[in-house]
Amino acid sequence: MKNFEYAAPRTEQDALALLSPRRDEVALLAGGTDLIPLMKKMILTPRRVVNLKNISTMRGVQRLSDFIVLGAVTPLDELADSPHLEPFPAVRQVIANLGSMQMQCQMTLGGELCRRPQCWYFRNGYGLLAQNGRLVEQGDNRYHAILGNEGPAKFVSASRLAPPLIALGAQVRVLGPEPDQQRWLPLEQLYRIPRSEEQRELTLLPNQMITHVRLPVESARWANASYEIKHGAGPQAPLATASVAVRMDSAGMVQQVRVVMGHVAPVPWPSPEAEQALRGQVITPEVAEQAGAAAVAAATPLSENQYKVQLAKTAVKRALLLAAGLETGGL
Amino acid sequence: MVKLDWPKHGEAALLGKRHSRIDGVAKASGAAKYAYDIVEENMVLARALGCPHAHCRIKSIDVSPALKVPGVVAAEALKKPGDEIQWQGDLVAVVAGETEGAVAEGLAAIKVQYEILDVFVKDDDLEAAQKAGRTRRAGQSTKLERDIPEDVEDEEEWEEKELQRLFDQCDVVVEGEYGIPVITHMCLEPHGSTCVWEGDKLIAHLSTQNVSGTPGQFAGPLGIPVTDVTVHCDFIGGGFGSKFAADVWGVAAARLAKKLGRPVQLMLDRDLELKNAGTRPSGFIKVKVGADRNGVVKVWDSHHWGTYGIGGGVVSQGVIPYVFDPPNRRRRATGIRVNAAPGRAWRAPNHPQGAVLSQCAYDDIARALGIDSMEVFIRNLPTVSNGKADVYREQIEIAAKLMDWKAKWHPHGKGPREGSVVTGLGMALHTWGGAAHNSTAELKIHPDGAVEIFLGSQDLGTGTRTVIALVVAETLGLYPDQVRVNIGWSTYPRSGPSGGSTTVGGVSESSRRAATAALNQLLQKVAPKLGVPAERLVARDGRIVDAQNPETSISWKQACSLLGMEPIVAKGEYRRGRTKTNLSSSQVAGVQMAEVAVDLETGVVKMKKFVAVQDMGLIINRKTAESQVLGGVIMGIAYALFEERILDPQTGAFLNAELSDYSLPRLGDVGEIVVHLYEPPEEYERGVVGLGEPPVISPGAAISNAVCNATGVRVPRLPLTPKRVLDALARAQKG
Ligand SMILES: Cc1cc2nc3c(=O)[nH]c(=O)nc-3n(C[C@H](O)[C@H](O)[C@H](O)COP(=O)(O)OP(=O)(O)OC[C@H]3O[C@@H](n4cnc5c(N)ncnc54)[C@H](O)[C@@H]3O)c2cc1C
Repeated sequence: MKNFEYAAPRTEQDALALLSPRRDEVALLAGGTDLIPLMKKMILTPRRVVNLKNISTMRGVQRLSDFIVLGAVTPLDELADSPHLEPFPAVRQVIANLGSMQMQCQMTLGGELCRRPQCWYFRNGYGLLAQNGRLVEQGDNRYHAILGNEGPAKFVSASRLAPPLIALGAQVRVLGPEPDQQRWLPLEQLYRIPRSEEQRELTLLPNQMITHVRLPVESARWANASYEIKHGAGPQAPLATASVAVRMDSAGMVQQVRVVMGHVAPVPWPSPEAEQALRGQVITPEVAEQAGAAAVAAATPLSENQYKVQLAKTAVKRALLLAAGLETGGL
Repeated sequence: MVKLDWPKHGEAALLGKRHSRIDGVAKASGAAKYAYDIVEENMVLARALGCPHAHCRIKSIDVSPALKVPGVVAAEALKKPGDEIQWQGDLVAVVAGETEGAVAEGLAAIKVQYEILDVFVKDDDLEAAQKAGRTRRAGQSTKLERDIPEDVEDEEEWEEKELQRLFDQCDVVVEGEYGIPVITHMCLEPHGSTCVWEGDKLIAHLSTQNVSGTPGQFAGPLGIPVTDVTVHCDFIGGGFGSKFAADVWGVAAARLAKKLGRPVQLMLDRDLELKNAGTRPSGFIKVKVGADRNGVVKVWDSHHWGTYGIGGGVVSQGVIPYVFDPPNRRRRATGIRVNAAPGRAWRAPNHPQGAVLSQCAYDDIARALGIDSMEVFIRNLPTVSNGKADVYREQIEIAAKLMDWKAKWHPHGKGPREGSVVTGLGMALHTWGGAAHNSTAELKIHPDGAVEIFLGSQDLGTGTRTVIALVVAETLGLYPDQVRVNIGWSTYPRSGPSGGSTTVGGVSESSRRAATAALNQLLQKVAPKLGVPAERLVARDGRIVDAQNPETSISWKQACSLLGMEPIVAKGEYRRGRTKTNLSSSQVAGVQMAEVAVDLETGVVKMKKFVAVQDMGLIINRKTAESQVLGGVIMGIAYALFEERILDPQTGAFLNAELSDYSLPRLGDVGEIVVHLYEPPEEYERGVVGLGEPPVISPGAAISNAVCNATGVRVPRLPLTPKRVLDALARAQKG
């Protein structure tokens, strides 16, 4: 790790003032479980590290009239325990899947949403795009993207909470660069597929930060669930995930639905195709299977990750079955 | 005179019972100090710089910029211009400094120019390796029932025809490809040491399996007499065969410490640990097996390849086919040189690979014939090469009962399906030597009754310290906590390196011998006092007792007070092959059975139950013996389902050289494990046999066979990840 200057501001405005318009000059520190390993490997060598965890306005869960507001530095165990999150099994299941209690207490919501890709070329210092995608394409891409991978970015978006939160219609509050600049952005707009090494997987400017995430109170009435396909109980990223949120009428007919896949593309991957297949249907194993198939119909697997197509399809199917209160089958 | 022999079966006070480790509390509470925990006053930290390229030549190297970093106190190149580097992470330089941060910045400041050379890492691809000129023939051997006729000119051609003839006579012929990739040792405590000089004498606190054997490895390169080096290791955070040497980084630490006149701690970082400090060689095989309609194998023909890293080499021919030795066989082997660090011994060298490469093929015979796999294993027992057919037969019977095999069995791929989940059974069997290594012990009985023993041995976490205490306490009629066990210093009497399951035999031999000799000296003193000939005296329950008249006795303390001022000092020595013994022997069998569930939609394999039946001669500590088997099985589940070194095919970079990327199971992944220690009286009579290696051998084959039984499809290569399972299912579906 390279030496750095350390700041621990107590207000959002103080934090903002410490940021820099130059990329990678300043790093935001939340739980640190992603940032510190990258700094130790000198993949990131910030001149200054700004710890956000002392900013009390950014911590905790609050219910307002239209929204449930989650502070960005709230640790995940606090989220899981909050009564306001009870109607959101899609989120709680993912936190529970994280397994280790220490990690749940250390990781924060904002850090989890902003964690860098786990792509092993990136983590070994070959750059986010790994020589414009060439290394991944011709190398070991067993864990890489099967969708949205036409450009040079082949990694998969790392966040596990983004798919359920996007499915539930979450928004993020982005602060900066100017002290009075703030806006609420649909969470999916935080992510993008970079076209060049200078671009990043997040649309945030280097001198912006996320202070809060909010969920519409209305979404609490939607049936929702997440299904993550993991290899073992260890800390490795899931192989493919899906989150769904569904509004059904009294007969169980799907009125509105959001299907978002994770770990299949450089961004959390909403599937309008699956949603299309579900609208006006009652969720049955057959309908869920069809929705899963629709979700991966356009997949473009790389040389070593054909199997992920099957996994993504199964994740969608099982998330839907869970949301509908049906048996998912499987292990 | 008490006899050297172990107490008669059933008469031991301590041996064979369950004992907690004497160092258990120290370990659980954190009081136990590993090499990594040793912090000396005024110590500096050192770390190494790994080469980023897998194959290159050093054009220039300049460590001086590191010295300009505040806090850096020393920087040394380990390579010079012109040196060729053959794997990513090979150590190029070391830097010492006051803080971890300073050292890291120092390492980053070092300027090295490399000339990049061609990389080859595809150890599974024989054809590509041949094209790249990376192969080396590693022998061929053929055994046929028929002698070659004298008039034959081309013997190879005749053998080829004879094999063909034999295959033609078989009722079933199976052709298969199987494989097991390189894995790392993944010691929780990486390799390294804390080196301290006292004048011209070096003390190396080294994480090692080889306390007595490593001083010379420091002395040689440092150019000092071996008498000036002391190696110390009380606790080691994993070795598994990778920690026998001082290694370049150990010597580098000693050099830096000398130069600076300050203690230096140099431990490898996780990625350098995985890149340099130990891997298990891979094995891949193409095999053709022919059997009769009962599944009895008549002929075997195979070619296997794989890598030991840059040195070439391949899994030994001797383990192909494994345990079973059919009447006719031809085996060939080819080593592949890849740009990776040389392999090191990994718990039961060659055997886990042998089991996977051979016994998956035997299971595929069962699949082809539609008969119970267990039957096929039983029917082939007459051909086992270690003379243990009867032991295997009994062990299979026990394992089958514990697994409820008969009730659960279904032919391959024909079991009930629940949703997308199928279950299956698989088995494998193994063998290992485990003979005692050379060991010397010195035991002292003090006039106040205190007992201590000294051995230049080490406790790998297997419970060696406790074994020594138990043997001495059993011999002297004391409790284990009355024996002070001193190991872990090279200044103690020489004992062998802990590898190949040789330690428990070795230290039991020397400890028993030393304790018996010391006791006999004590009995000589006690005899006149009690007025009983020494021959009639025995030590038990903390007393010296007249065996014929138990009323006549004296407490241990009183007995020892007869020594006056002089403690008894006795030596026990064991030399393999030279010392006549019935305290220890060698050769074990062992049978394991696995039950798995497979999700056909996700390819996820889950362990349901695992049964391990293991012989080990005389059991000294039942608790740690079981623990060894449990640990071996878990380590086996790890390489069967999770572990694999992944090298980038283009750059040769070790892509998953961090704990965050290197898959390992967690407790939730290992399922129910049932351990049965096989110990009819004949086993006790054999004396002590090592146990470290055997239980880790069979899991790969047993689990692969179970997955095949569940799905009806062979997943040819370990680990059985969702990708491999789904790919195999998809291939099978395509036909
Ligand atoms: C030992 C260990 C075990 C792990 N086990 C698991 C596991 O089992 N499962 C799993 O999924 N993951 C695991 N991880 C990874 C972990 O989940 C991620 O590192 C974590 O989600 C990051 O959260 P954090 O709060 O620690 O983020 P940090 O590391 O603090 O930050 C992550 C990134 O987000 C940025 N950031 C943080 N907050 C903000 C903000 N408010 N606005 C803008 N940017 C911000 C930071 O600058 C940084 O780039 C493990 C990591 C470690 C070290």
